[in-house]
Amino acid sequence: MEQLIQQTAAGLANGAIYALLALALVMIFVSTDHINFAQGEMAMFSAYLTWQFIQWGANFWIALPLVMVLSFAIGVGIERSILRPLHNAPVLSVVVVFIGLLTIFHALAGGIWTHTIKAVPSPFPQVSFPGSGYIGAHQLGMIVVTIVMLFALFAFFRLTPLGLAMRAAAQNPASARLAGISVDWMLALGWGLAAAVGAVAGSMVAPAVYLEPNMMASILLYGFAGALVGGISSPGGAVAGGFIVGVLENLIAYFGNVIERATGLYIVGNGEKLTVALIIVITVLTLKPNGLFGHVTVKRV
Amino acid sequence: MATTTTTPVATADTASSSSFVWRYRYWLLLIVVPLLLIAAGKAGLISNFQFLQLSLMIVYAIAVLGLILLTGFNGQISLGHGAFFAVGAYTAAILIDQAGWPFWATLPAAALMCFIVGYLFGLPALRLEGHYLALATFALAVAVPQILKYRHIEPLTHGVMGINVFKSDPPFGLPLSTDQWMFLVVVAIAALMFWVARNLLDSRTGRALIAIRDHSMAASTMGVNVSHYKAAMFGISALYTGVAGALHGIIFEFVAPDSFRFELSIAILVGAVVGGIASLWGAVIGGIFVQVIEKYADAATKAISSAVHLPLELEPWLIYGIALIILMYTMPMGIAGGVAALLRRMKRS
Repeated sequence: MEQLIQQTAAGLANGAIYALLALALVMIFVSTDHINFAQGEMAMFSAYLTWQFIQWGANFWIALPLVMVLSFAIGVGIERSILRPLHNAPVLSVVVVFIGLLTIFHALAGGIWTHTIKAVPSPFPQVSFPGSGYIGAHQLGMIVVTIVMLFALFAFFRLTPLGLAMRAAAQNPASARLAGISVDWMLALGWGLAAAVGAVAGSMVAPAVYLEPNMMASILLYGFAGALVGGISSPGGAVAGGFIVGVLENLIAYFGNVIERATGLYIVGNGEKLTVALIIVITVLTLKPNGLFGHVTVKRV
Repeated sequence: MATTTTTPVATADTASSSSFVWRYRYWLLLIVVPLLLIAAGKAGLISNFQFLQLSLMIVYAIAVLGLILLTGFNGQISLGHGAFFAVGAYTAAILIDQAGWPFWATLPAAALMCFIVGYLFGLPALRLEGHYLALATFALAVAVPQILKYRHIEPLTHGVMGINVFKSDPPFGLPLSTDQWMFLVVVAIAALMFWVARNLLDSRTGRALIAIRDHSMAASTMGVNVSHYKAAMFGISALYTGVAGALHGIIFEFVAPDSFRFELSIAILVGAVVGGIASLWGAVIGGIFVQVIEKYADAATKAISSAVHLPLELEPWLIYGIALIILMYTMPMGIAGGVAALLRRMKRS
């Protein structure tokens, strides 16, 4: 039983990261209908930036905001320079450009910082607290940071005029343009915000998994799974989906382990995490493409 | 200039020399060029290693052709063709390793296996379009190495150790080295598969496939059974890429889960996009590109970074990425598409 609680708590902690990535994916999807395959590598790149600032002597909590600002700038820059000309391009062109970005960030990170694994110190103090037998300080920290980010973003989109303008631009670009909103810049801002959220995800997960250019591949896959489970058109749903797949990932491995001990038959374990994500993605896409919280879109001829 | 262009369209209309040689020029080239290469190999001008490289180019061309048939002619995006490449390679390797089949007999088996796997994957994929299909196949590509390491198939796949395959010597006591013999085999199979692909696209089926790509709803009102064609096309595409995978395993003499990482799927995609996504010639160009990049990008990037004293080490993937993005702006139809457009313009002026 204790192990079950531990696994669930660890799942929630991983889920927090998936939720952040899913949120970043949804932000870009809602406004542009694009699925950003480079999101994970961008987050990985941001995590390297954080590590670099720490190497230069900065405190983690000073480095993180700096990196968020930098990532925001990178995100805006990519949207303005690379994706702007492709707004009406066929899906294939857009997907190919995203794959191009993915490989570029991957190669840049490997080229600048080499492929050797780097340890990132956890920014959270190793103190014991009630329930610390079930969850580590860093894991709890990841969950808290994610929730803080969520509330900050929620407040931004609900309470500020800029947030309102961005929502308008995403929902109905034509009317928003008539109301005097610069839709193009709103899209670029959305990209910047997504990159900044991704930067938090990357920097938070780096202490847990070690820093290396491949670190985000499997995390991105779970981010996709989370976004799909929650509904890729719904930010709140994506966050819930992220937590759900995080817990699901650990529980499947846990029960696989239980079954193996009980019956001696190995079905699924830690080695099948990516396969589980693949199955989640395909199942959701085929059975309920709008996810748990997404809204149904009707296709017009 | 217009008289020297040899596009198929031009020759169909204006070919004055309809002689036997001209009519079958591609087939003759296919026989003469490999034989010349073999002769050069006998004379010691081309090493066995270079024959291996040539074979790999052709193998990648077949793999790229599979993706081009699916994406370029049927409009279904796949980021996960490395998976089918892996299925083909493993089918061939397991049959050779466990059942002792001769290599040539494993190719139809790999083809059949990949058709089935591709068809089955194509069924759920029917409901997916554009970005969603890209996403599903992306997930497949990322998960492939892990699936190959699954514990219950380890007796067949030998897990992370991979399978060693041994090349067979040329039959009938032909005076050829193994690499030269395999090169001829690969050329023959590639010729067959390109010929089938061309005829498929020229047929009623091909027109239906292209109609689905251009407007699936309009195609279905015209009586095209969209889901049937799309799933079948997924199977055929997987078959092509799978045969390429089987050939790769055989000439490379080794298969292991980590040869089929996400990078492989990307390489196939890059080949298709660079070569020309809606052109059979694009597959040839793409195959050459993939092999050349794999072989020389490392050396090239190292040379560049040392020449201009960059503070960072350039990596081959950087070339992939930059090539992809630049091509999408300048030649969205790839090199083959760009050349065709250029020829058309030159003919008009």
